[in-house]
Amino acid sequence: MPIKFENVNYEYPTEDKSVVAVKGVTLEIEDGSFVCVCGENGSGKSTLAKLMNGLLAPTSGVVTVDGRSTATEEETELFAIRQKVGMVFQNPDNQMIASIIEDEIAFGPENLGVPREEIGERIDYALSAVGMTEYRYNTPYKLSGGQKQRIAIAAVLAMKPEVLVLDESTAMLDPKGRAEVIKVAEELNKQGITIVLITHFMEEATRADRVIVMNGGSVVMDGTPAEIFRKREEIERYDLELPVADAIAAALIGEGLPLEDRIYSASELAEAICRSK
Amino acid sequence: MSIEVKDLSYVYSPGTPYAATALDHVDLTVSEGDFVGIIGKTGSGKSTFIQHLNALIRLQSGSIKVYDIDLTEKKPDLKRLRGTVGMVMQYPEYQLFDETVEKDVSYGPKNLGLSEEEIKGRVREAINLVGLDYEDVRDRSPFELSGGQKRRVAIAGVIAMRPRILILDEPTAGLDPRGKKEILALVKRLKETSSPTVIIISHDMDAVAENCDKVALFSGGKIEKVGAPREIFYDDELLLRAEMDVPTVVKIVKEMEKKGVTLGEKPVTRSEFLASVKRWRNG
Repeated sequence: MPIKFENVNYEYPTEDKSVVAVKGVTLEIEDGSFVCVCGENGSGKSTLAKLMNGLLAPTSGVVTVDGRSTATEEETELFAIRQKVGMVFQNPDNQMIASIIEDEIAFGPENLGVPREEIGERIDYALSAVGMTEYRYNTPYKLSGGQKQRIAIAAVLAMKPEVLVLDESTAMLDPKGRAEVIKVAEELNKQGITIVLITHFMEEATRADRVIVMNGGSVVMDGTPAEIFRKREEIERYDLELPVADAIAAALIGEGLPLEDRIYSASELAEAICRSK
Repeated sequence: MSIEVKDLSYVYSPGTPYAATALDHVDLTVSEGDFVGIIGKTGSGKSTFIQHLNALIRLQSGSIKVYDIDLTEKKPDLKRLRGTVGMVMQYPEYQLFDETVEKDVSYGPKNLGLSEEEIKGRVREAINLVGLDYEDVRDRSPFELSGGQKRRVAIAGVIAMRPRILILDEPTAGLDPRGKKEILALVKRLKETSSPTVIIISHDMDAVAENCDKVALFSGGKIEKVGAPREIFYDDELLLRAEMDVPTVVKIVKEMEKKGVTLGEKPVTRSEFLASVKRWRNG
């Protein structure tokens, strides 16, 4: 069981009062799963992400990664946790440190003390996993947003993580860039890497095998995409938005069309409408 | 006619080995009251184009007229131009800089050389228009507000100039669904109250279909086509060539056609689609 939250609270200290960002969260992220955490801004979803690899330590409660608490004072322990649970952030421009992509990817393993020959192999693996092999000797600055995020993912992959946390990594991308990043996440998940995708785009949640909805710091919904999407009123109450095809399906059901109550892609919905007459 | 662009071309770093054509003989006419959606892949010339409209980029070749301001003149009245064309850039909240919300929003009108009293009135009006409480936020630092609120302060700074034309480059990028809804509702409200002509750049085809009455599709520095949303989003050959996505509604209609069902109409918005399906079922 790589990540486990037990009654976790997190408060951000501010000048006059502290703000509770995560409240009483207990959950487990299972090995090899694809988990999507949704929620509006300020719902606590990014704080939850940062608690997963000890970037933040809980104010109370315990977060463990493979049984080790993230609240450890031991640096080596913390490094081991962060090597297991890699994280990619929102802004593609704020994460690059090297001027050549190869060096960017090598940075993590070099710091782990990986032998030179193996670093070469890891760069090969990481770049091919995100489909960016041909860019190895290029500079990251001229890449599109989606490509930059794929490089950021590759830099994490070079550390051989077991879990990849994407903290709103698609929020600033155009639709093409978003699709690229999601595709890479799906591929990696098939290879056995656990994916935790933090997002406010619910259509990205259709690919997950589990959806967790956060609101006001608490987990308010937890289930398969089908279970979650069916509760339309509840989703709207948390200021989230159903994918457009689902919203249309809901409106059609409201008008008396005999559609099944489930998740629809555009083509599935088209088929169901055609059959309805 | 509020904007008339003729034969506009632009080359970045001209005369160097890095010369890159960003705009290639572009024509576009925008009438007062239009809600124009500019769409196209990243790098297709959209941002370069709109930056020409308030002379953030100076004219290299072709002509641009904004009402009676002629940008081909040697010294066009840029102050008047920028009071006429309000530009909200991508992630405008990154451009907030002043200590208080009131000071930040005042910056534009101050540069127009208005009286203190006039500035104060406009700032109060702009802040209220974007849906914030003037008394509540005026003395607060813009940096302690939420992301959606910051963006609204940035937009207030632009509309305090009372532009007749409002241009927004991806106004909903990076916002959560609530923020997105709020900003789109705000743009509609501004169009009805203070800025009758609106131009938005967007990658969100559903939002373009729901809001715009005119769409200009950019590809490789050219405008491939200008027309009503249904003229653009049902032009399969064009969309394929420009590698453009279509609104969800159009996707569903196309899939239905593949299965042999033709609605006989070309809906692009959700409500048009629901009405079409209703007529088809009753027909």
